[in-house]
Amino acid sequence: MTRDEITAGLAEILEEVAGVSPDDVAEAKSFTDDLDVDSLSMVEVVVAAEEKFGVKIPDNEVQNLKTVGDAVSYIEAQS
Amino acid sequence: MSRSDVVVTGLGATTPLGGDVASTWDAMLNGRSGVSALTQEWAEQLPVRIAAQLAVDPASLLDRVKLRRLDRSEAIALIAAHQAWADAGLADSGLDPERLAVSVGSGIGGAVTLLTQDDILEASGPRRVSPHTVPMLMPNGPAAWVGLELGAQAGVHSVASACATGAEAIALGLDMIRAGRADVVVAGGTEAVIHPLPIAGFASMRAMSTRNDEPERASRPWDKGRDGFVLGEGAGIVVLERAEHAAARGARVYARLAGAGITSDGFDIVQPHPEGAGAIRAIAKAIADAGVAKADITHVNAHATSTPVGDMAEIIALRTALGDHPLLTATKSMSGHLLGAAGALESIATILAIRDSVVPPTINLDDPDDGLDLEVAANKARHLDIPAALNNSFGFGGHNVALVFTRV
Repeated sequence: MTRDEITAGLAEILEEVAGVSPDDVAEAKSFTDDLDVDSLSMVEVVVAAEEKFGVKIPDNEVQNLKTVGDAVSYIEAQS
Repeated sequence: MSRSDVVVTGLGATTPLGGDVASTWDAMLNGRSGVSALTQEWAEQLPVRIAAQLAVDPASLLDRVKLRRLDRSEAIALIAAHQAWADAGLADSGLDPERLAVSVGSGIGGAVTLLTQDDILEASGPRRVSPHTVPMLMPNGPAAWVGLELGAQAGVHSVASACATGAEAIALGLDMIRAGRADVVVAGGTEAVIHPLPIAGFASMRAMSTRNDEPERASRPWDKGRDGFVLGEGAGIVVLERAEHAAARGARVYARLAGAGITSDGFDIVQPHPEGAGAIRAIAKAIADAGVAKADITHVNAHATSTPVGDMAEIIALRTALGDHPLLTATKSMSGHLLGAAGALESIATILAIRDSVVPPTINLDDPDDGLDLEVAANKARHLDIPAALNNSFGFGGHNVALVFTRV
């Protein structure tokens, strides 16, 4: 799966869970500062991403996923 | 304690009879029933397959992402609270948030969220349980959401007294303003538990009507053929305001909340006292607190839920505590029983009855119980001069709340 495909998959999740417009989702964007994803919604994003991409994202890893790009890299490395 | 006058300056509701106060009131005056058959698949196995479901689905009013975080009881409390807030004209009034409080309760709370998330837990494991579960099911959730969205900083409260909740929440608002803790209190109740488990529980108590073939005729307070209450869902919110505060900003005033009486039976966890002893004391306290003459209370919106025992105990209580002159009605005959929201919706009906000099009907009162020796606005609305009116609410646990509203 390419980075663009993972980004697109995350954009779908972000729209469903937090109402983020897919047009706003890019690797440089911060989940909290740019996309207004709060901590509870971030939990939903992580669980949905695990299911969608068939990966495990431990809680202690989540705090390192500041940007969409961070999440793409983590998922890319795991899958 | 200072004894400020407290008035009602805003109303909001979403009910089985309409998506707002105006449509709900119009339906009541025209004697329409909000009860219908439950067509959901889960209802097939239940002994009770009727309920009074919301006329307007909250999903049509709130955005999808927001709804993911709200129990249905919270969503409809927010809808009703925003209506009441707009109705009161407080949006850009410069009200100090530290003088704004919330008192919104629920009888059962976020039970549907609890049950839905338990299904997810059983089917998919703990990691799939929504992180919004706790704020959705906590009983203070509706009050907290209303306080959050209106920016209330004088305190957010959620009383729970079963079917007396809505009225007790309003009584608490009265106390708060009188005690000087707030100038404005957004008060009322909300309930949304049309789900097989609560229905099965109430049905097992033999508390609900099983008139499944005639939904609109199932809620029939004081009628000989009554066989239990009909579960309803909805929210009712009133804006209570210190009278001087309302006058200073030129607010439109619906009525005065003149007094409240709260007692507990200390008798049985679910059965009402057969002679209505606790209810008698609550009504007497409310009248004394309001400082009105019994003769001026010409109308009563009764608790009357359509159960065999409760309806007649209330008649005894009213005759004893108030007299035989008031014209009664039981609007639950149309709305069904909104549990924790009932006292709030019925307060709204009482307030509008005073404003419009009209008593909404008690529908389905075709064959009155032999013990019904007080006059009821049976089956048709009646014009009546109403200087003051009483609203009763009683709840499992032996809670009795009586509110007196007066014309301004």
